[in-house]
Amino acid sequence: MSLLEIDTLDVTFDSADGAVHAVNGLSLSLDKGETLGVVGESGSGKSQTAFAILGLLARNGRASGSIRFDGKEILNAPPKVLNRLRADRIAMIFQDPMTSLNPYMRISDQMAEVLMLHKGMSKRAALAKSVEMLDAVRIPGAKDRIRLYPHEFSGGMRQRVMIAMSLLCQPDLLIADEPTTALDVTVQAQIMSLLRELQTEFGMATMLITHDLGVVAGFCERVTVMYGGRVMERAPTDPLFDKPTHPYTRGLLHAVPRVDQGQDRMEAIPGNPPNMARPPQGCPFRPRCAHAGEDCSVMPPLAPAGDGRARACHRPVEEVAA
Amino acid sequence: MSTPLLSARDVNVRFGITRPGDMPWTKPRRLHAVNGVSFDIMPGQTLGVVGESGCGKSTLARALIRTVPATGQVIWEGREDLLALSPRKMLAYRSDIQMIFQDPLASLNPRMTLGQIISEPLRTHRPDLSRDEVRTRVARIMDRVGLLPQMINRYPHEFSGGQCQRIGIARALAVEPKLLICDEPVSALDVSIQAQVVELLQELQRDLNLAILFIAHDLSVVKHISDEVMVLYLGRVMEAAPKERLYTDPQHPYTQALMSAVPVPDPKIERTKTIIPLSGDLPSPMSPPSGCVFRTRCPRAQADCAETVPAPGTDVHRCACLHPGPLSAEEVA
Repeated sequence: MSLLEIDTLDVTFDSADGAVHAVNGLSLSLDKGETLGVVGESGSGKSQTAFAILGLLARNGRASGSIRFDGKEILNAPPKVLNRLRADRIAMIFQDPMTSLNPYMRISDQMAEVLMLHKGMSKRAALAKSVEMLDAVRIPGAKDRIRLYPHEFSGGMRQRVMIAMSLLCQPDLLIADEPTTALDVTVQAQIMSLLRELQTEFGMATMLITHDLGVVAGFCERVTVMYGGRVMERAPTDPLFDKPTHPYTRGLLHAVPRVDQGQDRMEAIPGNPPNMARPPQGCPFRPRCAHAGEDCSVMPPLAPAGDGRARACHRPVEEVAA
Repeated sequence: MSTPLLSARDVNVRFGITRPGDMPWTKPRRLHAVNGVSFDIMPGQTLGVVGESGCGKSTLARALIRTVPATGQVIWEGREDLLALSPRKMLAYRSDIQMIFQDPLASLNPRMTLGQIISEPLRTHRPDLSRDEVRTRVARIMDRVGLLPQMINRYPHEFSGGQCQRIGIARALAVEPKLLICDEPVSALDVSIQAQVVELLQELQRDLNLAILFIAHDLSVVKHISDEVMVLYLGRVMEAAPKERLYTDPQHPYTQALMSAVPVPDPKIERTKTIIPLSGDLPSPMSPPSGCVFRTRCPRAQADCAETVPAPGTDVHRCACLHPGPLSAEEVA
């Protein structure tokens, strides 16, 4: 049994423009200890999927379908049920550590609170454990610096505090939503290698949400590529990067220049991402796809395609090339 | 050799910082944001400026167009020092240097239509043009950057990020500048849109013989667009060289660390490559380290690094380091 199983998840927001379909029939699963990358551009529905798992959707959002965590249905579960899971068994790291830490609380109080609430620890034991965790994320002088406020840390250090906090209860599932997007490259490299080490050490399943294919390449065993609220392609990391078969995956890989190669390709994908209040009929990528044809006005199903790969495309790259 | 379009010599920017609670007579503390930066930009060429946040790359751009006070020299076409001109005389050069910004929506006035936005620089700098001439020029430049004629009466909020950046580019190019300063022009855009905007910039550069100062933190995009690249750290030039030289044979330890940290979209490389670790955090620019500013985080720092400020020199490949050269495996570990 998978640790997390999402089945035909739909997330819809009511807005002045009408209903916005952020996520459409998304299915994915995550095993214990597995690392999954969820890749997509802004508006692809990757963050809303994470919010739906944790019951954090905005008030005008509605989710339907099914999300099972450890066999139990948790989609739209009452706060009482979710509060027992959140931070304890499912933890989340957010993009901007400054806005997700409480600026009025010392780090010590924010961290101890988690343990006192979920594990019933005494304040003293909770603080000791928090210092231990800050040591684990390599914050120098953790014992003294735990008394500081969030603004007294640099961006990279703040993200370390977030990671330490999310790992306090040794969660089974860690959701990292663009954990390094706000950071400089050298700091990003530090944080990602730290996450990799902690993931091996604690063995939690990790869902890494990002737009950066390079970050995914170094961290994840499997990758799911999303566009317009739907899964375009999913595959184990190596085959996906070796031979992307969905035109969108291929386009994404070719749109980023590389520092390590002499030839530096930077091919644009024409057009703009879809307006999810008025999504195109059929495949959301159709208006921007070079291979699109008549049949693409019907959404292709996500079908298995060898190498443990699945993709939703009528005209995958290899067949068009052949 | 031809004359550079713009040649900056020993540009310095210092800010006086007062803290809340300081008394009116308290001497403000000095923040040296840009420290002795020199470079040349040739006509039609692209100079990339990279560095992490706080390295002074945006301040440098603002110093060139004199929106922050700077000292040193910025020689325009071998003739005039822009930093020495009176504001009135500077006005004549403002249409030659235009700028586009990081946040495409925030840099457009939300209460002006697209037509008004693009024609504003023309109305300011070319009062001699008739209304019809302005209109044809705006139409021409809109077509050039890929905006449709029927968009002319729409407002910025109706456009996506990529389109807003096109509007910003159209506004900058309306007055036919010779130098375009791009401050993180694509970092707020989605990956697929970034490539569109970079492609457009390169096309325009070819057609208009435009020089570009391209500021970004993304080394891979800079590599793609630049002819020459300059690496900044805490307001100082660490290394500068033609693109191929810098990317294939970086000499400064900081450049090497920066490059090793860029994630590569290839799992086989990404899992096995060594990332050169930088110890600690960026030092406060209020109290930079003595000697070489990078020494506190440098894997190769030695005693003399604390005493001497290394000079970048004047070669084609400039490197401000007392002990340059590729880092060995022991130094990296």
